[in-house]
Amino acid sequence: MRYEITIDGKNHGLELERKQQGWQCLLDGREVQIDAVRTGPDSISLLLAGKSYEIMRERRPPDTYLWVGNRGYAVEVRDPRSLGARKKKPGDETGWRKLVASMPGKVVRVLVSEKGKVEAGQGIVVVEAMKMQNEIKSPKKGIVQKLIAAEGANVNAGDVLAIVE
Amino acid sequence: MFKKILIANRGEIAVRVIRACRELGILSVAVFSEADRASLHVRHADEAYPIGPSAAAESYLNIAKVLDAAQRSGADAIHPGYGFLSENAKFARACADAGIKFIGPSASSIEVMGSKTRARQEMEKAGVPFVPGTSRGLESPEQAEQVAAKIGYPVMLKAAAGGGGKGMRLVHTREQLRPALEEARSEAQRAFGDAEVYLEKALVRPRHIEMQVLADEHGNTVYLGERECSIQRRHQKVLEESPSPMVDPDLRRRMGEVAVRVAKAAGYSNAGTVEFLVEQPKNFYFLEMNTRLQVEHPVTELPTGLDLVHLQIRIAAGEKLPFAQNEVVIRGHAIECRIYAEDPDNHYYPSPGKITLLREPSGPGIRHDTGIYEGWSVPIEYDPLLAKLIGFGADRPQAIARLSRALGEYFVGGIKTNLSLFERILNDRDFQAGNVDTGFLDRLLQVPPAGREPGDAKIAAIAAGLFAALDSSTSPPSHLAPGSNGGNGPGNSSESSHWKRAARTEALS
Repeated sequence: MRYEITIDGKNHGLELERKQQGWQCLLDGREVQIDAVRTGPDSISLLLAGKSYEIMRERRPPDTYLWVGNRGYAVEVRDPRSLGARKKKPGDETGWRKLVASMPGKVVRVLVSEKGKVEAGQGIVVVEAMKMQNEIKSPKKGIVQKLIAAEGANVNAGDVLAIVE
Repeated sequence: MFKKILIANRGEIAVRVIRACRELGILSVAVFSEADRASLHVRHADEAYPIGPSAAAESYLNIAKVLDAAQRSGADAIHPGYGFLSENAKFARACADAGIKFIGPSASSIEVMGSKTRARQEMEKAGVPFVPGTSRGLESPEQAEQVAAKIGYPVMLKAAAGGGGKGMRLVHTREQLRPALEEARSEAQRAFGDAEVYLEKALVRPRHIEMQVLADEHGNTVYLGERECSIQRRHQKVLEESPSPMVDPDLRRRMGEVAVRVAKAAGYSNAGTVEFLVEQPKNFYFLEMNTRLQVEHPVTELPTGLDLVHLQIRIAAGEKLPFAQNEVVIRGHAIECRIYAEDPDNHYYPSPGKITLLREPSGPGIRHDTGIYEGWSVPIEYDPLLAKLIGFGADRPQAIARLSRALGEYFVGGIKTNLSLFERILNDRDFQAGNVDTGFLDRLLQVPPAGREPGDAKIAAIAAGLFAALDSSTSPPSHLAPGSNGGNGPGNSSESSHWKRAARTEALS
């Protein structure tokens, strides 16, 4: 089985074949001796030339992170044969800018109204979580074209709160 | 002794108090908001009662609802934990009126210490040293300018009802004073409903060191040694230790005696903490008294061998202190890390959510006081403190080594935590040398974290492929078996996996 793996933006080619005893593993064309045991749904114990690693998988949709010791890596795995192999397209947002919640929480205040003019850096929405208030500011000077956030609404990190043009 | 204690709190501290109750043979009663039905403290307690919606103001801060739960359950005492109603004199009084013992000091002691200016006035009378400045609220900007000119800049403006850094302003020059005073006043008004602001001299690179005191209701008061709490971010403690690397027996005795004098001046009983600012040449000044059990109480418990919650309960039940000052012995060193649900890579913003994977540390010299479990969702409504990890050793280097080792074992998946921050602190040369002050963490955080070794990314790549390969096969060889059912129970073994296996075989051929 061949995988294309992106770790923190860098691509690796990995070939894995299950053998009678363990695995045959080629990383970027070079053979690596590995001994792997799954220790849980999201953990693997890996022995690499005698060195022992415990790897934890953290799924935080849409992203997946792998932790080696206490270091986390954002990973993307593509199976080239699968139809799902895809590349992320960078957003095409000329003129439009989205205001995104940087943490999950509750919208406690909306400081502007739809179609209102805003300056760059002007506060638009206040989100509160765990007793901390975070003011989301406008990234540019313009007009609030759409105000999605409503006072009292719960939001997740990454949710679009408003669109400024 | 009490038969049943209600714990008017949640999270790790509620679990901590419930454990003490069980050890003493006392029944425990939890209370919970809608967001906390599945919380650990509810699972640990003997009884549990709902007290309303998720918002703290409508549940954990609602005196009537907490007292109603106490009466329904037949509890004869209430432990308030820290935060919420723990320093609320009205609540202490309402407990007394309802015939339920409040495990803490009297309402009048809470009142004296609840106002920083009133506390300063009392301490002035008792001859306790405090940071030079006003002991009453500022009357006018002119008065502020006069006092600041007399004691010298920089000065600190502080809210009388303050806490957590709100209503606080550091002022370096005369020009900054008036606008800063305006800001501090309006911030204090918004945060505490009280615009009273006082002024004191800003110390240069002070340490924040506090003294644990314990007083029974028969006039006996002792001190149990200090805690070094200088490692703070935005005036919030992050890591505490005891003893402090800079406090020698003589300074400890002097600070301890002043702390006892403070407690006596306030007519104090039960556990309390006297906070001091300490300047480099070992001058110390009274800052405030916290009239409750502190978050960081475990770092006092380990070196003294005392259980503060047991003692709180016994004192509240009318017992005398079971030891005298000269019987308090400090042996070993303890350090506590406060594990918060916050994102170190994104301005330490809160990071609530579901804990998908949890590995908890254990082993020699490790204590883990926690309020979380795997599969539980950390609610957005409350404080981000998840757990406290405490390392204990014969001396400071051993405590650091054990804590570092345990941090390596600790893993929380699904939400972000500040675990990586502690690795940085413990590895820091100044920290290891004991050179810390309240600006330590800000300086450390200005330096970007060290880069990672390139070798690890390759291991992550191999593991990523292994997870993909293992997930696509549902009947792995026996040596890969544990946990391969994904915790979904025995239900998914037969039909669906045959399907997948067939599909996979076909795809391979």
